[in-house]
Amino acid sequence: MSSDIYKDIILDYYRNPRNFGDLPDADVRAKDSNPLCGDIIEMQLKIGDGKIDEIRFKGKGCAISQASASMLTELAKGKTLEQIKAMGKPDVLNLLGIDPGPTRIKCALLGLKVLKLAVYVHLGQTVTEEVKQLV
Amino acid sequence: MVEKLTINVARIREDFPILKRQVNEKPLIYFDNAATSQKPNSVIDAIDRYYRGYNANIHRGIHKLAEEATLAYEEARENVKKFISAKRASEIVFTRNATEALNLVAYAWGRANVGKGDRIVLTIMEHHSNIVPWQILAQERGATVEFIKIDQNGELRQDEVKELIDDSTKIVCVTHASNVLGTINPVKDIGRLAHDSGALFLVDAAQSVPHMPVNVQDIDCDFAAFSGHKMLGPTGIGVLYGKTERLEGMPPFLGGGEMIREVHTSGASWKDLPYKFEAGTPNVSGAIGLGAAVDYLRNVGIDNVLEHEREITRYALGRMRRVEGLDIYGPMNVDQRVGVISFNLGDIHAHDLASILDEDGIAIRSGHHCAQPLMEFLQIPAASRASFYIYNTKEEVDVFIEALERARKIFAR
Repeated sequence: MSSDIYKDIILDYYRNPRNFGDLPDADVRAKDSNPLCGDIIEMQLKIGDGKIDEIRFKGKGCAISQASASMLTELAKGKTLEQIKAMGKPDVLNLLGIDPGPTRIKCALLGLKVLKLAVYVHLGQTVTEEVKQLV
Repeated sequence: MVEKLTINVARIREDFPILKRQVNEKPLIYFDNAATSQKPNSVIDAIDRYYRGYNANIHRGIHKLAEEATLAYEEARENVKKFISAKRASEIVFTRNATEALNLVAYAWGRANVGKGDRIVLTIMEHHSNIVPWQILAQERGATVEFIKIDQNGELRQDEVKELIDDSTKIVCVTHASNVLGTINPVKDIGRLAHDSGALFLVDAAQSVPHMPVNVQDIDCDFAAFSGHKMLGPTGIGVLYGKTERLEGMPPFLGGGEMIREVHTSGASWKDLPYKFEAGTPNVSGAIGLGAAVDYLRNVGIDNVLEHEREITRYALGRMRRVEGLDIYGPMNVDQRVGVISFNLGDIHAHDLASILDEDGIAIRSGHHCAQPLMEFLQIPAASRASFYIYNTKEEVDVFIEALERARKIFAR
């Protein structure tokens, strides 16, 4: 049984999400949903010296949205806030190892959008149109 | 006795060019008919002939093309009238879709007749298009909206039907067939109760007219709404049926050209039915396409359509029941439903399931199906939905079942 989209790695992150749960002493939290399918992602970040020291996520939704959010938390840990701001769609596609296509890409990008929202909120900066339009 | 014609699916499939298409290198299996149906050559050709041969604006032109276009447009209306057994062609108002037809009633009739403290009765299985216009109206007028709930079988609770329709009820709006559960509602009985209480009765026929015989005079509804694109016709054309006395008593919906008798700086007067409700240049090609779609369905025989879909639905339900972890919503008795089956497979999200099936060339729908109150009632965030039409086969159902098994195994890893 194989699937082009649902590679083992995506299913593994969906079934056993890394960095899932709460970060009680988080410096910033952000949450958003995809109204189209009801996917929800929340990111919680501990930030020190302009870098992400700790990160957790919570959420509900399809395998693509949850797996990509989980993968993203691993990538984000240790990155500077500026590096997070510079991240985009290619980074997420690279993590997933597939292009889920025009309809499902929104599911894949929800985690990135929420991560970026958290960074902008923490920096007290206005969220850019580019970030708003990710999902 | 004339022998009943049975449906020849192989021949019907020949009429639908899109069914030859491959998706992801697999033959397309189109199970998303409750969202929109595919179109036969005769519909595509009718639209093509209009644009190539006699494209003109209708009604006021005194030239050959305008005459031909007007004739074709009005023939389509006559065709629809016969198809749903309306009394007069003037009771058929062309709209953009069922949604616009429902809004037309909520705005034109609703604003003239619904006031503070009045009640509007809907059901929990309505599509958003038969909820939101009434909520907007109720909010504006200080009226209330009540919802008839369903039982475990996915059928309307008769105690609630009787309890909720009271003397303060101005209109009862019920879907003939649910776009999620497939349930066929006893509209005739509900209509009688509505009328006994002095309320009007509206039927959302978007999922029934394409798939089963519908006789608006027998149902005795005051209004009925449906869309052309779900019944082999093009998008952008829909129908509001209204009893003559109801439509005559209503103010216009949209103002503009085509709908006026005279306009002066001091005011305007309206044309007779149905033109009073058809402001602006209508969707001429759409109406002609819908007329051709009705011809197609009448040639096949709407009884045969229903029978074929029941057979496919019975077969699909039987096979789906044996898929491990599959939950099916709605009545299990095929005689009480149309060919719409909503389901969830274990804890696989509906969107993931739709993606896996798409890899096999199978088109199903997933999500809330524009029926969030029903999803809330069923306590599910989303569902997948397979819906059938005249061109679907049992062999396609077999491929669909295999794909469900594949999805189950992928997610069981």
